[in-house]
Amino acid sequence: MSMKATIRQVDSVVVVDISGRITLGEGCTQLRELIRDQLSKGNKKLLLNLADVSYIDSSGIGELVSAFTAVSNQGGQLKLLNLTKKVHDLLQITKLYTVFDIHDDEAKAIGSFQKA
Amino acid sequence: MTSEPSVVEVTLESDLKNLEVAEEIVHRVAGTAGFGEESEHQIEMAVHESMINAIWHGNKNDASKRVWLRFEVYKDRLEIHIRDQGIGFNVDAVPDPCAGDNLLKVSGRGIFLIRTFMDEFRVNHVPGLGTEVTLVKRIDPTHQAK
Repeated sequence: MSMKATIRQVDSVVVVDISGRITLGEGCTQLRELIRDQLSKGNKKLLLNLADVSYIDSSGIGELVSAFTAVSNQGGQLKLLNLTKKVHDLLQITKLYTVFDIHDDEAKAIGSFQKA
Repeated sequence: MTSEPSVVEVTLESDLKNLEVAEEIVHRVAGTAGFGEESEHQIEMAVHESMINAIWHGNKNDASKRVWLRFEVYKDRLEIHIRDQGIGFNVDAVPDPCAGDNLLKVSGRGIFLIRTFMDEFRVNHVPGLGTEVTLVKRIDPTHQAK
């Protein structure tokens, strides 16, 4: 199953509901284009909901890092929501857990952008 | 005396579409060997990352080349051999992706994940044949419980 992404706006935050696989090839390319597209529209508060991500590989992790850097470099914020255990473990192993702002409650995640 | 392993062997085209084929084989072999869900996922990721290295870095994404996989199930361990047709790499030269400035690099985590998830990881370049990596996961009650 390839990656699918649905975009919705909640207040000033763009929430991206991602499902499927973020892996080398199609999944990573889709995510990269999605982030680029949102930044080009001036949307700099992005919340990636990873609840339905079934698989992520080292390239997918790299793509999350790339997205985080791209958004931060434009003065924006990229946060993560609802990590599965597999993704959570991978971010801990790679020591990226402290790099990302990670939430498990959407309303609180949205609120954290507004305070920033 | 070591008993004969149960063997599954397959040769695949060097194409990313075959990552899912390899994962399906891992699923079946790891299940047969008695690994639990978490260990199975770790083996799957290690094979996935090794396959990417073989296809991209070893075979330079050349679909006319091949990736050879061999799964050997012993009583105490699963041994996986993955061979490409490339010239190999120095595993000791691979930087630590968790160190300092490397943390925010986009690539360079594949070997680290393989080493983290498997009990043994070896790289051997065979002149004229290619590069073979060997992944070993021991079968013990801890693995089977996870």
